Amino acid sequence: MTATTHMTLRWKKWSLVIARRALWLNVILLGLLFLGSYVALTLGRLPIGPSEMWEVARGTPPSRAIEHVLINIRIPRLLVTIGAGAALGASGAVFQAISRNPLGSPDIIGFTTGAATGALTWIIVFGGSGANVVLAAMIGALIAGGAVYFLARKHGKVSAYRLVLTGIGVGAILQAINALLLVKGDLDLAISANLWLAGSVDGRDWGHVWPLWAGLIVLFGPMLLGMRPLAMMEMGDDLAGPLGVAVEQTRRWMLLAALLLAALATSATGPIAFVALAAPQLARKLGRSGTQPLVGATLVGACLMLAADLLTRVAPFAITLPIGQVTGIIGGLYLIWLLAGYQRQRAGL
Amino acid sequence: MTMQRWLLWAAVLGVVISAAASLFVGPRDITMQTTLAALTAFDPGDGAHLLVRDQRLPRVFLALVVGAGLGAAGAVMQTLSRNPLADPGLLGISAGATLAIVCLIAATGQIHIGASLWAGVLGASAGGVTVFFLAGMNQSHDPIRLVLAGAALSIVLMTVTKVITVNAEAQVFDQFRHWAVGSLQGRGWNILWPSIGLTVIGGIAAIALARPLDALALGQDFGQSLGADPRKIWFAAAFVVVVLCGTATAAAGPISFVGLAAPHLARHITGPAHFPLLLVSMLIGAALVSFANLSGRLIDPASQIDVGIMAALIGGPVFVVLARRLRLNSL
Repeated sequence: MTATTHMTLRWKKWSLVIARRALWLNVILLGLLFLGSYVALTLGRLPIGPSEMWEVARGTPPSRAIEHVLINIRIPRLLVTIGAGAALGASGAVFQAISRNPLGSPDIIGFTTGAATGALTWIIVFGGSGANVVLAAMIGALIAGGAVYFLARKHGKVSAYRLVLTGIGVGAILQAINALLLVKGDLDLAISANLWLAGSVDGRDWGHVWPLWAGLIVLFGPMLLGMRPLAMMEMGDDLAGPLGVAVEQTRRWMLLAALLLAALATSATGPIAFVALAAPQLARKLGRSGTQPLVGATLVGACLMLAADLLTRVAPFAITLPIGQVTGIIGGLYLIWLLAGYQRQRAGL
Repeated sequence: MTMQRWLLWAAVLGVVISAAASLFVGPRDITMQTTLAALTAFDPGDGAHLLVRDQRLPRVFLALVVGAGLGAAGAVMQTLSRNPLADPGLLGISAGATLAIVCLIAATGQIHIGASLWAGVLGASAGGVTVFFLAGMNQSHDPIRLVLAGAALSIVLMTVTKVITVNAEAQVFDQFRHWAVGSLQGRGWNILWPSIGLTVIGGIAAIALARPLDALALGQDFGQSLGADPRKIWFAAAFVVVVLCGTATAAAGPISFVGLAAPHLARHITGPAHFPLLLVSMLIGAALVSFANLSGRLIDPASQIDVGIMAALIGGPVFVVLARRLRLNSL
C-alpha cells in the first residue's frame, strides 16, 4: 500500500484509505451509468430528446403523451433496472465475503429460489398476477432466507460453511417444489410462470421503484461500514475475533441486509441470472482489489443490468429476450473472454 | 465409528429394499404373485408380465445406474474443483445436455427418448470439453478457474435454453418441462443398456483413478513430487465426470443435488481416501435415486412424481439435518 496506488483521507481521528485504481474505476462506471441512462430514456417508439426531457423537468411538458411516457413508463423502468442491478451487485459482494466462496451468491444459497417459489405458488396455485406477484416473491425469499439462517444456527453461532450447506439443502427442496409446480401445473399458467422466471423489467411502475430504492438507500450505508470487519473475517473467525470484530453480529446483520436487497431486487424483476455472482468478481478483477469492493460491485451490477436492458430493446429479431437472460449471456460471455485472455497470457502469446 | 457403520448399512439396505419394492409398485395394479411370476416364469403373451419386464425392471436398474454414476461423478468433481459445493453438472454438462435436448424438441416438436439419449450425451460432452479447455486444464490446474469457467458456460447455455423455451410454442415447453425435472418415466431396455455400458466404463476409470486422485488432493506440487503427472490425471478425471454425469443426465434428465449430496455423506462415512469414497458415493447415490423412484410412485401412483423432484425433496431435508448434526468435512 504505497502513496502511488493508494491515498488517504483524514478527518480528526478518522481516516479512509482509497485505492486510486478503484476510485477511477468507480468514476468511469458512474459515467457509463449516466450515459446509459440517457440512452435508455431516449429509446422507444415515442422520440424523446434532451430538450423534451428538460421541458418535462421544468414542469412545462411539450405534450401530455411525452410527459406520461417519460414519467410513468421510462423513468420507473430505468430506476427498477439500475436499482435491481445495484442491489444484486451489493448483495453478491456481501455473500461472497461471508461465504468465502466464489460460488457464494444469493442464487446458490437458496434465496432466489425462495422468491421463485413464492411467485410460482401465487401464479400457478392461486392463478394470481400483477403487483401481488411482487409481494408473494418477497415473502417467499424472506421465508427461505430466515429458514436457512435459523437451520444453520447452532449454539447461537452460524458458521459460513454450515450456512452454505444449509442453503444448498433448502435451495434443493425449494427447487424441487418449483419444478413440481411447473410440471403439474396447468400449461398456460406454467408458461406465464416460466416467463416470470426468465426475469423482466417490462411494465414496471413507481410501485416497483419505491420499495427497491428505499431498501437500497437505507441499507447501503450500514453495509459499507460493515465491509471492513467482514474483510477481516475473511482471514477466519478465530483471527478476526481477537482483532476486535464482533464476528457473529457482523455476519448476522450483513447477511440480513444482503438478503433484503436480493429479495427486493428479485421480487421487482424476477430472477436475474448471474449479476450477483459476476458483479463482485468483475469489480474485483477490474479494480485489482484484494478485498470485496462493495461500491465497485454495486456499480458494475447496475451497469450490467442497464446494458442488458438496452440490448433487449434493440434486439434485432422479433423474439422475446427477457433481461434476466441477457444478463446471463453478457456476464457469462465476458467471464469466458476474461478466462480465455488469461490463458493466452499464460501461454505467452 | 458406530454411526458411520450404521449409515453404511442403511445405504445398503436402502438400495436393496427400494429397488425390490419399486418392482411391485406402479400405476397399474399388478399383484405380487404376478410380478414374481414375470421374473421367474416369464410369459411373453401376458400383458402384466410384459409391463413388469419391459417397464418396471429397466426402470429400477436405471435408477441404480444413474444414482451410482452421479455419486461417483460428484466425488471426482469435488476433488477436481477442490470445492465442496461443486455439483458434477457444474462442468457445463447438465447445461450442455439440456440445450441439446431443447434444440432437439424445438426442431422436431417431439421428444423421442432414444434419440434424446444420444443428443444428451453429445451436448454433455461438448459442454464438458469446452469448460475443460476454457479453464486451461490442459496446461495447469486452477480450481477457481475451473469453477468459474463451469459456471460461466453453464449460465450462457442455460440462458439460451430459457430464451428458446420462452419463444417456442407451448407444446415444446410442455415436452421440455417434463424432461427438465429429471424423470425415469418411459425409459426401457434401449436406454438401459447404453447407460450401463457407459457408466461401467466411467466407474472403472474412476476407481482406477482413486490413488492418483489421493496424491493430487494434497495439492499439485505435492502430488507431482509423489510422482503423479497432474495433467494426465486431471484430464482423466474430467473424462470420468463427463462420461458418468453426461450419461446420467442424458438418460434421466438433469438430476441435481444427488451428485452434490452423495459424496458429502460418503465422505462422512469413509474419510477422504478416494477408493472407499468412490464406492460409498456410488452406493449412496444409487440408494437416493432408487428411493426417490420408489417414493415418487408410492405418493402418486397414477401420475407419479418425477425422480429428480423426489430426490431433492428427500435428500434436501436429510442434507440440512446432517449439516446441523454432523461435522461434514470441508475439502
